[in-house]
Amino acid sequence: MARPPAPLDKLTERFGPHLNYVPPGGWQDESRNPAEKLVKTHCCFCGQQCGIQLKVRDNRVIGFEPWEEFPFNRGMLCPKGVKRYMQGNHPDRLLDPLVRTPEGFRRAEWNEALDFTARRLREIQDKHGRDAVAVYGGASLTTEKAYLMGKFARVALGTRHIDYNGRLCMVSAGTAYKGALGVDRAPNPWSDITKAEIIFVIGANIGECAPITTDYVWRGRDSGARLIVADPRFTPIARNADLFLPVRPGTDLALLMAILHVIIRDGLTDQEFIAAHTTGFEQTAECVTAWNPRRAAEVTGIPPDAIERAAHWIGESRRVMILHARGLEHHSKGVENCEAVLAIALATGNIGREGAGPVMITGQGNGQGGREHGQKCDQLPGQRSLTDPAARQHVASVWGISPEELPPPGYTAVEIMNAIHRGEIKGLLSICFNPLVSLPDASFTREALERLEFFGVIDFFLSETAAHADVVLAGSLQEEEEGVTASLEARVIHIRKAVDPPGNARADSAIICDLAHRLGRGRYFPFREPREIFEELRLASRGGLADYYGITYEKIDAQQGVFWPCPSLDHPGTPRLFEDGRFFHADGKAHFMKLEWRESGDPVDTEFPVYLTTGRVVSQYLSGTQTRRIGALVDQYPEPKLEIHPKLAAQHGIQNGDWVAVTSRHGTITLQAMVVRTIRPDTVFIPYHWPRDRSANRLTHRTLDPRSKIPEYKVSACRLEKAPAPPEWARERRPELKQGGRA
Amino acid sequence: MFGMEFYVDPSRCIGCQSCLKACEECETHRGISMINFDFIDRPDSIATAAYVCWHCENPTCAQVCPADAIKKYEDGIVGSSLKPRCIACSNCVLACPFGIPKLVPEYEQMMKCDMCYDRTSIGKRPMCATVCPSQALAYVTPESIASTRREKPVNTFWFGNQKITTKVYMMAPSEIEAISIDVADYTWEGEHELVPQAF
Repeated sequence: MARPPAPLDKLTERFGPHLNYVPPGGWQDESRNPAEKLVKTHCCFCGQQCGIQLKVRDNRVIGFEPWEEFPFNRGMLCPKGVKRYMQGNHPDRLLDPLVRTPEGFRRAEWNEALDFTARRLREIQDKHGRDAVAVYGGASLTTEKAYLMGKFARVALGTRHIDYNGRLCMVSAGTAYKGALGVDRAPNPWSDITKAEIIFVIGANIGECAPITTDYVWRGRDSGARLIVADPRFTPIARNADLFLPVRPGTDLALLMAILHVIIRDGLTDQEFIAAHTTGFEQTAECVTAWNPRRAAEVTGIPPDAIERAAHWIGESRRVMILHARGLEHHSKGVENCEAVLAIALATGNIGREGAGPVMITGQGNGQGGREHGQKCDQLPGQRSLTDPAARQHVASVWGISPEELPPPGYTAVEIMNAIHRGEIKGLLSICFNPLVSLPDASFTREALERLEFFGVIDFFLSETAAHADVVLAGSLQEEEEGVTASLEARVIHIRKAVDPPGNARADSAIICDLAHRLGRGRYFPFREPREIFEELRLASRGGLADYYGITYEKIDAQQGVFWPCPSLDHPGTPRLFEDGRFFHADGKAHFMKLEWRESGDPVDTEFPVYLTTGRVVSQYLSGTQTRRIGALVDQYPEPKLEIHPKLAAQHGIQNGDWVAVTSRHGTITLQAMVVRTIRPDTVFIPYHWPRDRSANRLTHRTLDPRSKIPEYKVSACRLEKAPAPPEWARERRPELKQGGRA
Repeated sequence: MFGMEFYVDPSRCIGCQSCLKACEECETHRGISMINFDFIDRPDSIATAAYVCWHCENPTCAQVCPADAIKKYEDGIVGSSLKPRCIACSNCVLACPFGIPKLVPEYEQMMKCDMCYDRTSIGKRPMCATVCPSQALAYVTPESIASTRREKPVNTFWFGNQKITTKVYMMAPSEIEAISIDVADYTWEGEHELVPQAF
């Protein structure tokens, strides 16, 4: 049933994306009146969770003030943070529940929409079994909401299929860190970056995707650190690199293995540390024996002497920070990539000390907190395993159910979409997720959505995915509900409520609890406010790896955040892990993992000879559900462009500004070329924030890492042809809006 | 803010344009950004640079203004044009050696960075320098800049025979090296000139 009501332009006319350029009340008028209050909270976008003060007047966010006292960003904000307030009073905001009709959507009362949603979910489960319904969550949700989604799926619906969009983000690093170090968390606070002698950035476009982290890197350099950057593109952070390694997409593992090879070959390992604190070194050393710099150069396209130099700089330093993000993770060997980073850190003893550690840069707003408390398909609160009998017993007792009632682990995010496509899963409830833009192979995703018998969405804007829904429940923005998130430092911070949801929109947690009541499971969801959810979460996480028991909202405020684990109320939190040399495995040791080279899942060949890699731009965020509605951000980078080196462009007769058809094994899109010498000549880059016929994910493939189940967004094969004319999307009228906010 | 000075370091700039976006949030010029921002040479480089007004000791813009609309205040800040006086002639736009002033057509007035007078006059930092994620725009004490940065602050500029001294400092490299930014210069292509898979 879940086809978007036609025609598309009618939907766009009503639900946007419109571009909001002006604060509520206009630049010169209402918004100039003094704020009634300044609410100290955090940015709703990326994992850095910068502190920000929202200016509030008449229950509307009318602007912002930097929050210079918050220690992470000290007032700094990227353009998304500066303009995030423009979405609060946006005319595209959903103010009522919507129920689909043959012509489109009609407004509905809450009772009707919730009754309908609960009834349809139960009908499908009664007919096809509990697991015929799946739940999608998101990593922009507060930790309370994420916890609630996990409990809702398992206790209210009783389905084993719950997963979240963090599956597209952090899970490769999470799997690697859990396997090697025993816990899924960046071990060091960000202040350690400024104390390093070597800062090695691999697969992380810090300047655009974690802009505030730039200041930490620059401060490190000012104190004498040398900066190594490995990336297929000359990203903004590379402008000050002391050594730039232009790694071919999909070959990071070869580079990292060669670095480890040289470190071992030249006796630069920390034998004392390896002997005292690790297991499995010999096996890993064996894995890299064959990966000499010459062989790695053939694979990676990086000169052998540059690999030698990187290895020596790292091996000869006692304070090395290795920073990595999606560039390492989005691969069918994403876990191995991260395990190789950990192997280098462990082999050189660069962990558990000031200025020394491997650090994953979590991408999504609550990417850390949203993956710790039961929103992942195989996890229970506290970063516990769903297959661990003791963990099941503990959480079941907190929830007041028997452990047998807890379903086993279910499918991951992409696997859920695959199961929908093949008809195994027939009902879906989704919050905070826009899979039509963000999942690979978008045409497949659209087919799958159209096969759903029931599709319910909780969201604040009608995303491209939500346009397929049978019912859309108007939910809340981050600033409309209190809660906590955990930043990329694992610093648990306080999201303060600034305003009420507008119109008849409701707080997400209230919607979920109401649905649980209608599903007959209300006694397990008695929560009247997020604080009550957090109190239960503290108990459920107690004794787990991500132990929040000692954290309260008040303690967060007093300390400017609390780093987990924090097992008791008098515990200050744990900014840096492993300082005592003990890792979180039962044996107290860190475990070297086996490293094995594999080709990518979509290899280049004569028909598809060019590497395609995808990523982000600084002014847009993820699937663009929010940022494609903010005029100032859209103007900065309005449409996706094809970044291409002049050598490759010349082969196809492509000039800067030409339209180019990019074809992969999965589809074709036509984009304008941006001819730049800041990318490898064998690679093209497309940012992925846009939908439909300008969606980079029309070209990507569904190969997953076998362990983390992350898609391989960072390397596909494609071919290029100069297009005779601009594509249809380039002729679309862009709906604009100069007057800020709703009347 | 007493004791604070403004420092511009283009080598730190990551091109995020946060300064541009934040500038228009400022109380004195709601909705109009006063930041000058450039991609230096995007086909060849990711280098970007963001500038504020340099607030010259003897401001050329004020010297050439036929309407006496541009004032330098006691604290060295050169303001936007005074609305009752500005005749929108663009003399200042043409004469400024740094290319800072902009004519805002809808207001028929020259507007430029006034270092967030509404903020700096009450002890706050300018909006751009507060939010700048790379601190390419920084508003800090001279002691702080001297103790934390590799580069050295400079505020003397020569434009032909015109020597200009400014209130705002440019961070200049302590030693200058030619920097190549062509990725192809860094790649290794074995015995072949081009990467074989791609061509």
